[in-house]
Amino acid sequence: MFNIEDGFATTRRRILKGAVTAALVGLGHLSWRIAPALAAAGDKYPEEAFKAKGDADAIKALYGKTAEPSDKVNLDAPEIAENGAVVPISVSTTLADVTSISLLVSENPNALAASYRIPAGTMPSVANRLKMAKTSNVIAIVEAGGKLFSATKEVKVTVGGCGG
Amino acid sequence: MASTIRVRATSSGEVTEVQALIQHPMDSGFVKDAKGDLIPPHFIQQLTFEHAGKAVFVADWGTAVSKDPYVKFSFKGGNKGDDLKISWIDNKGESDTTTAKIQ
Repeated sequence: MFNIEDGFATTRRRILKGAVTAALVGLGHLSWRIAPALAAAGDKYPEEAFKAKGDADAIKALYGKTAEPSDKVNLDAPEIAENGAVVPISVSTTLADVTSISLLVSENPNALAASYRIPAGTMPSVANRLKMAKTSNVIAIVEAGGKLFSATKEVKVTVGGCGG
Repeated sequence: MASTIRVRATSSGEVTEVQALIQHPMDSGFVKDAKGDLIPPHFIQQLTFEHAGKAVFVADWGTAVSKDPYVKFSFKGGNKGDDLKISWIDNKGESDTTTAKIQ
C-alpha cells in the first residue's frame, strides 16, 4: 500500500514539475520573442509621424491613440513670440509612469516637432526651442501609464519661423 | 574639428540636470535661399544621452526644432565625475558624439 501511494505521489509530483517547467519554458520563449520587437519599436525614428500634416494625424501615427486634456500637464510657452524661428517651450507633469513627451505645432507644415523618450529614472520634464510658421496652437502630449494626456496653448507669432 | 555638441551636466547629489546645445542648421526644407531655390531639409533626427551604458533620454526631432538646438532635462542618479555620452544623427546620415563629465 505504502509503496503504491508513494509511487503515485512521486508521479504526480513529476507531472506537476513537468507542467511548471513547460510553463516557464513557454513564458521564457514568449518574452524572448516580445522583447526584441519592443526594443526595435522603441529605438526607431518615427518617420511617418514626423511626415504627417495635421496634429491629429501625427498623434495617431506616433501613438495609435488619442489624448485627453489634463491639468496635470504643464505646458509653458510664451503668449506672443516675436521670432517664430526660436520659441522657447517647456513641458512638465505631475503624472506618474511617464514614458514619453511630445510637442506639436498645429499650424506647422508637419505638426509633430519633437518627441522625447523618458526612461524610468528620468524626470518627466523637458525644455527646448521650436520653430513656428505662424500663430498656432502648441500641443504637449504626455504618455503616462500607457495613456495619453495633453495640454494646449495658443502662441501668437509676429514673425514666422519658416522663412516666409 | 571641434565638437558640435556643448553640454553641461550638473549633479545635485540626487538628480543630474543636463543642458545641451548643438550646432546644426536644422534646415526644414520649406525655406528658399537668395536665388529662390528651396534649401533641402537637413536636420537632426535623433539625439541620445547615455549614462552608465543606459539611455537616459532620447530625442526624436523633426524639422520644427530651432537652428542650433537646445534641450534641457534631468535624471535621477549620476555622480560628479561620471561620463555622459551624447550622440546625434541627422537625415543625411551625418553624426557626432561626445562624452562629458558630470559636474
